[in-house]
Amino acid sequence: MMEKKKCDFMEGLRDGLPIGLGYFAVAFSLGITARNAGLNSFEGFLSSILNHASAGEYALYSSIQAMEAYIEVAIITLVVNARYSLMSCSLSQRFNPNQSFFHRILMGFGITDEIFGIAIARPGYLSPSYYYGAMIMSIPLWGLGNALGIWAGNLFPANVVSALSVALYGMFVAIIIPPAKKDKIIALAIVVSFALSYLCTQIPFVKELTDGTRMIILTVLISSAIAILKPVKEETINSEA
Amino acid sequence: MQHNVYIYIFVAFLVSFLVRVLPLTLIRKPIKNEFIRSFLYYVPYVTLSVMTFPAIISVTQSPVAGFVAFVVSIVASLLGAKLFSVACISCITVLILEYIII
Repeated sequence: MMEKKKCDFMEGLRDGLPIGLGYFAVAFSLGITARNAGLNSFEGFLSSILNHASAGEYALYSSIQAMEAYIEVAIITLVVNARYSLMSCSLSQRFNPNQSFFHRILMGFGITDEIFGIAIARPGYLSPSYYYGAMIMSIPLWGLGNALGIWAGNLFPANVVSALSVALYGMFVAIIIPPAKKDKIIALAIVVSFALSYLCTQIPFVKELTDGTRMIILTVLISSAIAILKPVKEETINSEA
Repeated sequence: MQHNVYIYIFVAFLVSFLVRVLPLTLIRKPIKNEFIRSFLYYVPYVTLSVMTFPAIISVTQSPVAGFVAFVVSIVASLLGAKLFSVACISCITVLILEYIII
């Protein structure tokens, strides 16, 4: 049992590394926004460790710069981070029913698009050890990238930042493609999602939506439509899980 | 009105913390409803797809490089490459392409 936990933790660290590198690049450019808003490296690091959400932090720094009211920060954070509550619902179904309250809170806190992605891709009940390995490897790099971005500004060559920033997306693809090979409905869901997501950035008015809002709307619409058309029987979910 | 950076950070933290933690702690049993179960089953794939495209073509200096990296990562995954390899392959694709294009 101990061996299994240790092994899960190491795998979490390993899978957290590409996430962390991607985070570092994204957080670095986010740090430049934070610097423009007047934050110092410590404040950037703190806000990144506590929030670890790109769109959410972008909204936070813009609000600080514009000296918005605190309540507006609360509302905008709620809107751009609402997708995490969907992921949280989704994760709740993969917990061992006896999992302690403490683990639930700590793992809930660790939800990011990427950590959620790799955690859900593993079979069986969620392993806290794996999850914490991924958190410990990636979230500090997110904070560090942000602090360095504030401190060093444009020190990194643009081509390196550019190349690092696709690492995250490469990983997303590596998460969704293998199940799609086995399940045609998932493949369909992915193709439809790519297409509608692209369309939504092109159609007038709709394209004005923030990334977070667009993501929520599309996730709810597409997932509902497919759930109605192709409901999943319990056995399928368990064998996938 | 006084504006304190730390209060801003705390407010954002509190809201994002609750958004993440509440559903997980409140839903403690397997959901029986077939629609909701199916919905939650598809959510990860749809969210990750929506996040990936078209975002991947806007983060690179050259959209073409981002698009090629997107296609290359799909092909690599279809061929059986794992998370870390696919991530590296997509980075290298962009590095090489942008070296040529820009």
